[in-house]
Amino acid sequence: MSITKFGIYGGQYIPEILMNEIIDLEKAYNYYKKDPEFLRELDNLLKKYAGRPSLLYFAENMTKDLGGAKIYFKREDLNHTGSHKINNVLGQVLLAKYMGKKRVIAETGAGQHGVATATAAALLGLECEIFMGKEDTDRQALNVYRMELLGAKVHPVMSGTMTLKDAVNETMREWSTRAEDTLYVLGSVMGPHPFPTIVRDFQSVISKEAREQILEYEGKLPAAVVACVGGGSNAMGMFYNFIDDKDVKLIGCEAAGHGLDTDKHAASIAKGRLGIFHGMKSLFCQNKDGQIAPVYSISAGLDYPGIGPEHAYLHSIGRASYVPITDDEAVDAFEYLSRTEGIIPAIESAHAVAHVRKIAPAMKKDDIVIICLSGRGDKDVAAMAKYRGRLIDEQDK
Amino acid sequence: MSRINNAFKQKAFIGFITAGDPDVDSSGKFILEMARAGADLIEIGIPFSDPIAEGVVIQRASTRALNSGVTVSKIFDMVASVRKKTDIPLVFLTYLNPVFNYGYEEFFKKCADVGIDGIIIPDLPYEEKSEVEEISKKYGIDLISLIAPTSHDRIQLIAKESTGFIYVVSSMGVTGVRSEITTDLDSIVGLIRKVTDTPTAIGFGINTTEQAEKFAGIADGVIVGSAIVKLIEKYGKDAAPYVYDYVKSMKEAAMRAMQKV
Repeated sequence: MSITKFGIYGGQYIPEILMNEIIDLEKAYNYYKKDPEFLRELDNLLKKYAGRPSLLYFAENMTKDLGGAKIYFKREDLNHTGSHKINNVLGQVLLAKYMGKKRVIAETGAGQHGVATATAAALLGLECEIFMGKEDTDRQALNVYRMELLGAKVHPVMSGTMTLKDAVNETMREWSTRAEDTLYVLGSVMGPHPFPTIVRDFQSVISKEAREQILEYEGKLPAAVVACVGGGSNAMGMFYNFIDDKDVKLIGCEAAGHGLDTDKHAASIAKGRLGIFHGMKSLFCQNKDGQIAPVYSISAGLDYPGIGPEHAYLHSIGRASYVPITDDEAVDAFEYLSRTEGIIPAIESAHAVAHVRKIAPAMKKDDIVIICLSGRGDKDVAAMAKYRGRLIDEQDK
Repeated sequence: MSRINNAFKQKAFIGFITAGDPDVDSSGKFILEMARAGADLIEIGIPFSDPIAEGVVIQRASTRALNSGVTVSKIFDMVASVRKKTDIPLVFLTYLNPVFNYGYEEFFKKCADVGIDGIIIPDLPYEEKSEVEEISKKYGIDLISLIAPTSHDRIQLIAKESTGFIYVVSSMGVTGVRSEITTDLDSIVGLIRKVTDTPTAIGFGINTTEQAEKFAGIADGVIVGSAIVKLIEKYGKDAAPYVYDYVKSMKEAAMRAMQKV
């Protein structure tokens, strides 16, 4: 296996103008990931700034209600900035600083990764510019203001479908225009090598903690871990330290939007084909001519036409399985978890909750399922109300 | 001697258009018009939904082309009919996914059948060229490498294995008109010439006759894309005479560089 690939997936399909940057990034990462000072500083940030370790919470009400497996939540929603995104950005922005970069740039969909990057840049004293599709800056005006409060400059992206994939395109273009003092802080386990590896490593803290916590609480490993998948960073973080535990099922939940029989979904494993895009060979939703297809999900964080190469690999060897969850199922789960446990999940994470509602009842009572609750749902409240026909956001009226 | 080599017997002017902008028949017409105006080689863009190396002008052209319903198959048909009327070297410029999706073997075989001479794939760097290298060689299609201002120690690595010509990226960023280009292109071209006879052409940002003359003086040719595409954006199907006049003036400017040498 090539070191830039997972099986046939991954690689470095990017313009020559960025190749030396990517090579430098890989060298710097390989150096600092073993550097005691870097590791100490990162560990300190994760513990004293982001609030790690995150709780592993036993969902007793949900367990009783479903009447099957014991259900635990890995509470990434309790991290500073409200999602797992902070784990990766603290690592990457710190890396940028150690590399002597003055500026970080990043793409964002709903704004979670943008807010996290702007947060880390504010803390560590780097300039920050965020690229966000015009559709998303309109839908998520609050997050745009949040990033601006944190000192970031937000660029609405007007090209293509004006959503997440176009934001990635534009961030790549910006990086090829100004690379010397700038690091691209990629938000998911995607893009050209070494990004999928770097992001996975920084997110793997999720499963490192969860594995230790469940062994401490239950004295055994879970039967399954479940996470939502867009690009796939929280899922990769949740899976990683369980990959060698062959009896632990790894389940990713893709956005099926209005359903797989429609063209309104973002299910790149179920409906995508092998292709090359955004620097990687992986599975992509695309038309018969290899043009990248517009995708859809109620969840802006899962609204991406591809999936990280390591997921495509785990899928190809049968180590992880991926299931589609529709908008309806996710919204039901969003409301269910709010009522049952008093936890409002991000609509992304609600996709994982929806799947566990399906599988837990048929599992044995001494089986354990851990759901990665990747983010909190405050950002989604207005959209969920709208989905149910209630307009509570002034801007919607 | 290959058609591409022929193009560089004197200072070369290379023009670019996006196939299907505004429609595929007009593209065929523009190619012939550029050839008649003195262009030495034509780059034909196969539009891709997400062209990450392109600036706004070519992004918009790609969108117009895709909206016109152009496909890779229709572009092959257009090239086949153009090839009957001209001997000018023709190279494709496209991203890897449309080629991969068509099937590498099928794609390169078809290139050879219709008379394409080479291909430029901006998202296929040196490290990944084994994707298509053997197949392109098998069908005699030159895989044209790019060298950028950031290439440094990679310049000679890439140049040593180059075929067709070398596309020297003039400056940082994406394609599109620039008023000033400050990269030390003399040094880059100098490093290339130490290790290969493959001709060089400078592109990205070139739009004035002054720039054409200057950069044709440094390299073996100049590449102009966005400035031509802008004319097509403005005049649509009726752009042919404007494209002709512009290409003629740019070719003459490039030739002035030759007289100075």
